[in-house]
Amino acid sequence: MDPQNISITFPHALIFFPLLAGLITFLLKKNAAVKYWALISSFITLGISAFSLYYADNKALSGLAFNYEWLKHIGASFSVALDGVGRLLTLLTAISFPIIFIATHKNEFKNSNIFYGLLLLTQAGLMGVFVATDALLFYFFWELAIIPVYFLCSQWGGEKRIQATFKFFIYTFTGSLLMLVGIIYMYQHTSPIHDIAGNLISAHSFALTYFYSAQLTFIEQNWLFWLFFIAFAVKMPIFPFHTWQPDTYEQSPTAVTMVLSGIMVKMGLLGVIRWLLPMFPLAVVKFDYLVIGLAVIGIVYASLLAIRQDDLKRLVAYSSIAHIGLMAAGLFALKQIGVEGVMVQMFNHGINIIGFWIVIDLIEKQLGVRKISQLGGLAHKAPILTIMLVVIAFANIALPLTNAFVGEFMMFSGLFQFNIWFAVVAMLSVILAAVYTLAMVQKVFYGQVNAITTIFKEISLNERIALSIVVVAIFLAGVYPQPLFNLTKDSVADIITRFK
Amino acid sequence: MSNTLQIVWLIPFLPLIGFLINGLGRKQLSKTLAGIIGSGVILGSFLISVFIFFQVKNGNNAIIHFFDFINTGTLKVGFDFQIDQLSSLFLLIITGIGFLIHVYSTSYMHDEEAKDFAKYFAYLNLFIFSMLLLVMGGNYIIMFIGWEGVGLCSYLLIGYWFKDNTNNDAAKKAFIMNRIGDVGFLLAVFWLISKLGTADYHEVFANTTKLSSFDISGITLLLFLGATGKSAQIPLYTWLPDAMAGPTPVSALIHAATMVTAGIYMIARSNILFTMAPATQTVIAVIGLATAVIAATIALKQDDIKKVLAYSTVSQLGYMFLGLGVGAYTGAVFHVMTHAFFKALLFLGAGSVIHAMGGEQDMRNMGGLKKYMSITHLTFLIGCLAIAGMPPFAGFFSKDEILAAAFAKNPVYWTVGVLTAFMTAFYMFRLYGMTFLGKFRGTHDQEHHLHESPFAITIPLIILAILAIIGGWIGIPEVFMHGGHRLETFLEPIFEQSNQLVSSGNLKQELSHTTEYILMAVSVIGALVALLYAWNKYSKYQKSTNPETGISNVLTNKWYVDELYDSIVVKPMQSIANFFNTVIEKKSIDGVVNGVGKAVNYSSRQIRLLQTGQVSAYMLMMVIAILLLFIIQLFL
Repeated sequence: MDPQNISITFPHALIFFPLLAGLITFLLKKNAAVKYWALISSFITLGISAFSLYYADNKALSGLAFNYEWLKHIGASFSVALDGVGRLLTLLTAISFPIIFIATHKNEFKNSNIFYGLLLLTQAGLMGVFVATDALLFYFFWELAIIPVYFLCSQWGGEKRIQATFKFFIYTFTGSLLMLVGIIYMYQHTSPIHDIAGNLISAHSFALTYFYSAQLTFIEQNWLFWLFFIAFAVKMPIFPFHTWQPDTYEQSPTAVTMVLSGIMVKMGLLGVIRWLLPMFPLAVVKFDYLVIGLAVIGIVYASLLAIRQDDLKRLVAYSSIAHIGLMAAGLFALKQIGVEGVMVQMFNHGINIIGFWIVIDLIEKQLGVRKISQLGGLAHKAPILTIMLVVIAFANIALPLTNAFVGEFMMFSGLFQFNIWFAVVAMLSVILAAVYTLAMVQKVFYGQVNAITTIFKEISLNERIALSIVVVAIFLAGVYPQPLFNLTKDSVADIITRFK
Repeated sequence: MSNTLQIVWLIPFLPLIGFLINGLGRKQLSKTLAGIIGSGVILGSFLISVFIFFQVKNGNNAIIHFFDFINTGTLKVGFDFQIDQLSSLFLLIITGIGFLIHVYSTSYMHDEEAKDFAKYFAYLNLFIFSMLLLVMGGNYIIMFIGWEGVGLCSYLLIGYWFKDNTNNDAAKKAFIMNRIGDVGFLLAVFWLISKLGTADYHEVFANTTKLSSFDISGITLLLFLGATGKSAQIPLYTWLPDAMAGPTPVSALIHAATMVTAGIYMIARSNILFTMAPATQTVIAVIGLATAVIAATIALKQDDIKKVLAYSTVSQLGYMFLGLGVGAYTGAVFHVMTHAFFKALLFLGAGSVIHAMGGEQDMRNMGGLKKYMSITHLTFLIGCLAIAGMPPFAGFFSKDEILAAAFAKNPVYWTVGVLTAFMTAFYMFRLYGMTFLGKFRGTHDQEHHLHESPFAITIPLIILAILAIIGGWIGIPEVFMHGGHRLETFLEPIFEQSNQLVSSGNLKQELSHTTEYILMAVSVIGALVALLYAWNKYSKYQKSTNPETGISNVLTNKWYVDELYDSIVVKPMQSIANFFNTVIEKKSIDGVVNGVGKAVNYSSRQIRLLQTGQVSAYMLMMVIAILLLFIIQLFL
């Protein structure tokens, strides 16, 4: 087969296969069948993703593009592309689901066919967000990814799930609406599409390239910037749009939390890279200090809050807010080195945080508690789990030779080039991360076994497999990160040159 | 290019393999096997290091590129090793002393369970691996990998007995204090990258002229902040004495061969930057000197044998920084080397004592051990003489070189330095007297068990004792023997750039031979007096129950520095975090969001009246909405 022909089908296969798999899951009756089908289909998606990256040609950025004229007369098309911005995120999406399914294989859910079906729909939506090069399509997938989460949280979540889902809904829905208004306004300011003969096809277009070249005044850019920014800032989240996150992470079923924190937060970052920055370059330069200022405040703020958390899930949530804040700052600093760091960090952060959730989930499953103050001495009971957790913990504080180091190093470096003092303040988080992470490791795993933890057992096979994948990924990407840079660096250079 | 130096990758690779085998196979391996593997890989590294050392001595040095660690549009960082005089010397120290500590550990840790024993050796190997990366790296980023790696390993080893939370606290403290320094190091690297676009040593040092004097001062101060963390200087020294919570051989490893020498190595490596920043040099000299004095005063009143040694390390490191600060780079590196010999000796000797005493570390319960452990006693005495700066023991030559350079720079430095040397002689012989002389003050049970340690412990002691005697002879000062300073000749190329800069600016003051003789005589005689006084006083030591008062109480409590940090850093940070958690997060931000939520809830109750449940009604509303949108559009 001609690789060229194969490659053309990849981006939409990444969307349609999980979509189809999800719909099939709804029809399955038996619990076991649902679980195995979800697992198998997620591996197939991973295979598609791996192949697509194997064929990815770094030089031809739009090489892996697919375009189908969908709603021709309003200028919307089903156009998707697998460029350097989206590549690692599709890989992350593809790799995360098998890990999640393996790790939660023994968790039981009522109506598991609906549960897994919705998760797969979310996967399809995420893939769509990461590859869409048409604004309408992007918005469609944005909602496709989020809406199943509302149901997953409200139906399968913890005690306070309704309140948490409601908060999540208010935040994200407000964001989505603002973005929709922004998209419609942008659409109105795109130039018309003509066919080769010069006949008018549509007065406007939703295509990404048309959005990039939309005719906007400086004033328009300024307020449009905020419409999109708030949508993305809520999703990431950037301080002070973040308070939905700890609640939602705490209340959602763990599999959903993994998707939310590992992958879905990257929707906001991708939105910034692919849509916000190139669409409103003037506004970006105008508001960069403000946005990076918020991000930097958020980094330190969330790190300090993480110190005070007693619930493991909330600790990881705040730690993640700090990490995402750094990525946001790295993006808006618009230094090539920093944006390259963000690209690899988006991938690595996803792997690490999923690892964390796996550990927390299995502690909660075994002991029924997540409170740090009630735990202790797990290392005596589960040495293998402890080794895995310690690796993940040190990846969380970006120790060199773990995956997070390179990205964090480059992001701080970019931020330093933007403004030294922002970098200095943000780097407090390097110290604070060590404070809260090591305190957590010490209180939960070291010390003496107590009455609650005395029944703790070593991890089961499926959890061991899932965590082993995470640990191997941590070291692989930590020791030899270059392949990740190769997949992304040309797209980054392309974005940065827009600002020169 | 094929170069015999290519095999250097084996030097860190062997310990890494040892780490993996012992780490992954810890349940299968017997203690003997784990010990053989753990020590064997370090012996292998040592032998290769010896080979490399002679290659370098014959003028073969190189930067060896293995693979691209980061290679993007704006930054290129190779996984490179730089093999030259400085790194090859450190390789010898790390692997040589490291090997002896491994051998010693096979006996010292023998009471551990087999799987913990293997875990211990795995960590030890990882420690050596990290330290090797640190000194072999060809750029600041590879150095930083090792830099944080030794931080990690010290964390793992200090908290090795993790059931006891005081050990875990000490481990955490070590890591976090190091991290504070690491932030300084990273900022310096970012600064270099933003100005020069590279972090490779050879490119940075070749392009120093592109940096403004402000840049160089900033970069060197930040690098020095990094060094204060790793090498336990004011203000970040407090982790090192607490690090005693780990097994004693680990203390020897941290204090002698690895970790604390990292800061010295880094500054010696970057010597040209520091030479170009006289302001930073002054800061380093003053901080080094202050650390030397303060740590020495604390050591005067400690009763834990390991604590005394710990503060003596902090104090000796202060000397090394004094040396760096006055531009005596060779002297600082020389003192790293001799200190590695006698401090490893002293710690391992202390371990032998603790072993014999059944875990007892309080010197008030020791005494008279001389007659029970003759090898430990004799080697320990040699170590004490070496650290006290008695000729012809190793410490004399290196300490004297630093003090002479300090005098040339500023006689005040010398005065304070020499007073510290007197204190050193005093507290070391206080330790010696309380431990080995007089009558045994422990329990009857302990006395019954007193014994000389086995060969795996005494042989490393003997080797280190020999080194502590003769180790200084490679750096005999010019006044005694022309061309006697072979180390200086060897290291010349490393400090060439700095030396040229200093001599071109006529900044170097030469001391006359008479002055040098007088300085030496003062320091030796003073130390001898302090030594004899302590010997005399503490050979008759009796346990006293009188509470400490006044200044000695302050010293016993280590100047209350931990308490000070607690109240000016830790507590305020927790209060701020609490304030954020309760007031900002829950009341302010969530208050607004929940307010919006309530408003939505309220209005939705009203709007619910519109929800008739009939599809046609919804369609109608959608149409109205779309029409509204178009109308708005018309007006925009």
